[in-house]
Amino acid sequence: MNQKLPANRAELVFEDFKKPYSEQQARAEANRCLYCYDAPCIQACPTEIDIPTFIRRIANENVEGAAKTIFDSNILGMSCARVCPVETLCVGSCVYNHMDASPIQIGKLQRYATDAAFDAGLSFYEAGEDTGKSVVCIGGGPASLAAAHRLRRFGHKVTIIEKDHYLGGLNTTGIASYKMKADRSLTEVEWLMSIGGIEVRSGISVPDQMSWADLQAEFDAIFVGFGLGEDSLLSLEGADSKGIMGAVDFIAKMKLGMVDLSSVQHAIVIGGGNTALDAVRELKGLGIDNVTLAYRGGEAQMSGYAHEWSEAKREGVSASWRSQPLSFIHNNGQLTGVEFQLMDEHKKAIDGQTKTLSADLVLLAIGQGKLGALTSELTGIEVEKGKIVTDAHGATGAKGVYAGGDCRNGGKEVVNAVAEGDQAAQAMHTFIMGGGSCRT
Amino acid sequence: MPDLTSNTAGIISPNPFWLASAPPTNSGRQIMRAFEAGWGGAVWKTLGQPIQNVSSRFGGIHWRGERAAGFNNVELITDRSLEANFKEMAEVKRLFPKHAVISSLMVETKEEWKEVVKRSIDAGADGIELNFGCPHGMCERGMGSAVGQEPKVNQEITSWVKEYSSIPVLVKLTPNVGDIVPHGLAAQAGGADGVSLINTIKSIIGVDLEKMAPQPVVGNKGSNGGYCGAAVRPIALHMVAALARDPGFNIPISGIGGVTNWRDAVEFIALGSSSVQVCTEVMLRGYRIVEDMIDGLTRFMTEQGYETIDQMVGKAIPAYSEWGDLNINFESVAKIDAEKCIGCNRCMVACHDGAHQCIHPNPDGGLTPVVDESECVGCNLCEIVCPVPDCITMTEVDNGYAATTWNEHMTSGTKIRPKKGSHGYDMP
Repeated sequence: MNQKLPANRAELVFEDFKKPYSEQQARAEANRCLYCYDAPCIQACPTEIDIPTFIRRIANENVEGAAKTIFDSNILGMSCARVCPVETLCVGSCVYNHMDASPIQIGKLQRYATDAAFDAGLSFYEAGEDTGKSVVCIGGGPASLAAAHRLRRFGHKVTIIEKDHYLGGLNTTGIASYKMKADRSLTEVEWLMSIGGIEVRSGISVPDQMSWADLQAEFDAIFVGFGLGEDSLLSLEGADSKGIMGAVDFIAKMKLGMVDLSSVQHAIVIGGGNTALDAVRELKGLGIDNVTLAYRGGEAQMSGYAHEWSEAKREGVSASWRSQPLSFIHNNGQLTGVEFQLMDEHKKAIDGQTKTLSADLVLLAIGQGKLGALTSELTGIEVEKGKIVTDAHGATGAKGVYAGGDCRNGGKEVVNAVAEGDQAAQAMHTFIMGGGSCRT
Repeated sequence: MPDLTSNTAGIISPNPFWLASAPPTNSGRQIMRAFEAGWGGAVWKTLGQPIQNVSSRFGGIHWRGERAAGFNNVELITDRSLEANFKEMAEVKRLFPKHAVISSLMVETKEEWKEVVKRSIDAGADGIELNFGCPHGMCERGMGSAVGQEPKVNQEITSWVKEYSSIPVLVKLTPNVGDIVPHGLAAQAGGADGVSLINTIKSIIGVDLEKMAPQPVVGNKGSNGGYCGAAVRPIALHMVAALARDPGFNIPISGIGGVTNWRDAVEFIALGSSSVQVCTEVMLRGYRIVEDMIDGLTRFMTEQGYETIDQMVGKAIPAYSEWGDLNINFESVAKIDAEKCIGCNRCMVACHDGAHQCIHPNPDGGLTPVVDESECVGCNLCEIVCPVPDCITMTEVDNGYAATTWNEHMTSGTKIRPKKGSHGYDMP
């Protein structure tokens, strides 16, 4: 498949917000680690990386060993090191936070170790001895990649079916570029695929172009990791004006190619989640002076991370709290502003109170479609609010069908997707080796 | 304002901080800069027949982010002519008459000793230090620690020097011996006015794992060197104290070994040193470290009500006891302050794997481990590993047993408290 990105991409203006460590910095930070016993950082990591062990290995100048410790638990450890919201996960749980000392920069140490191993050309893992079994992962994002790699290590024949042309899913197309650019995700995919024997069929969407019945006929087990659908949009007056886009769509376009923002003076991002926060910071970084986050609740009610919002504020992003879009104002079909209904502290409309903000660009970050319904033909499958229901190990109600990532959890972090993909792969292995198969 | 003047066997200096005989005292110009920075005395880089050194000469233990927590060297005595050294010594004394200049010497024959002693006195030295300590290079030639390790030779050479010297003579002792006391006594028997210790410890600082050769690597080989720096301080403190408390030993001590600051210096003084000598910390950070040594010592003495250095010399010696004379019925247990605890569980794993298995996870699921005081032996390991200041404190327990010692128990059958931390290991 074509994994080559255009040379001129809008995201290339971004530099890494968190700079990589030098060897000296990494070792100094590693030496600060208390090497906690039963460490809270491990518990805070969805993939349960043995963090104290990998950090001690860095301190002991066994950087390759450190990388192996990370990859053993999280095969996408290189990108997770960059994109994880460590402030709310491992770093946020570091015991140093309890003593007013700065917590260990686990993400940066993880990046140091995994990059070093990558640069040294180490991939650590080999495919297992052929089991004669065959599995398929639907979707080419983090959940499927983690599942595919683990299943390949078990010795199964693995196929990934991806509807687009790039692997990596949102890790490639959706990560804020100041955390990681698309090419880094693709590099990691290539590294992961170097285990060999993982077949990729791209440009095929399930179930439109390949039915569940076909899949059940061909494979012993199925992993569903196709993520979320398109951005949710608003059906308001003027919603078809030029200048209104879904935020995920915008971010993907910016990461994979060029976007023309030359006529944009005022941009508004509507939403209060992490996609909204990524989008405002990205717009600011792309050179738009006037960037406003419009959210129907107050600052404290945002679901987006506080640490991301405080950086956005520092970068000059303004906010319009308790503002729910009423209509889009346009001039001959070109967006010029947004009229907002003002809300009270319970997110209820305050009668008669509205305000209007100028805007030439509006990004909607109010969620993405859930794709659970696409599995409805599978006997026994259960879908709740668009999410595929599974047991703790990722097994769905349909025999031999497992799920993980955003389509199961509704949209979480890359690290959650990796954890669920890996976990499901282990359950699938047990299922297949116990003689199970979903072949009909 | 306390008086920092120090008197070591008649060698008077404005404060007890001397530079040890080493690279920082290699030349008159360096020593003058050191005196300007505040050092009270300087023991000249050992004089003798000038040698040729190798490169490299130093090695460091870089310990968990700290550069050179331990240090070693394979450098020998002065590589400069005696003429130049003595000329500079005279110049230093002329410009700094109140500072102590001690001439460190290492030669072979009685005639040579006679000559270098005389030239030191002529140069105006306030004292002489006999280098019987160097554990590398020079000892292969029958000098340095080769002398210091043989009490008879030590005593004899000391007596030669005493015969020729009209100024105080210190013998610098090597720690590369089983028991320091006979060596201190030998120097005393030879007539020494005082001793200085410790010289460096024979060591291999590390191995270059690519060249497969001891460090510091000279070309493709390495030699054992002399270990020093902060890491050796506990060994030095013990040796100083062992002499200071020996009833037969009654000459002054100049303490050396890992002194980095005023606190270290006070510890040496409390265990019997009249002055302290510093080398490694100066090599790592420069002469300027003496400023805080003076300031910190002054504040400490003021706070504690000491007026002179002499009032502190040996102050901790009466409390330096034989193990058998410790109060075996004294009992303490660890208390963890839940308000301060950060939940790292370092105490718990240390206690479980390295001590007596008496710190357990919080049964209520809380952050703070709990101490089973009925089994806690009061060993202190948890307090040592705890990263939070004052979070774990060792607290005395009144167990109702009268104070007694193991020796008293053995001789008079005094009652001792039951053992803790046995966990049923004691088979019936």
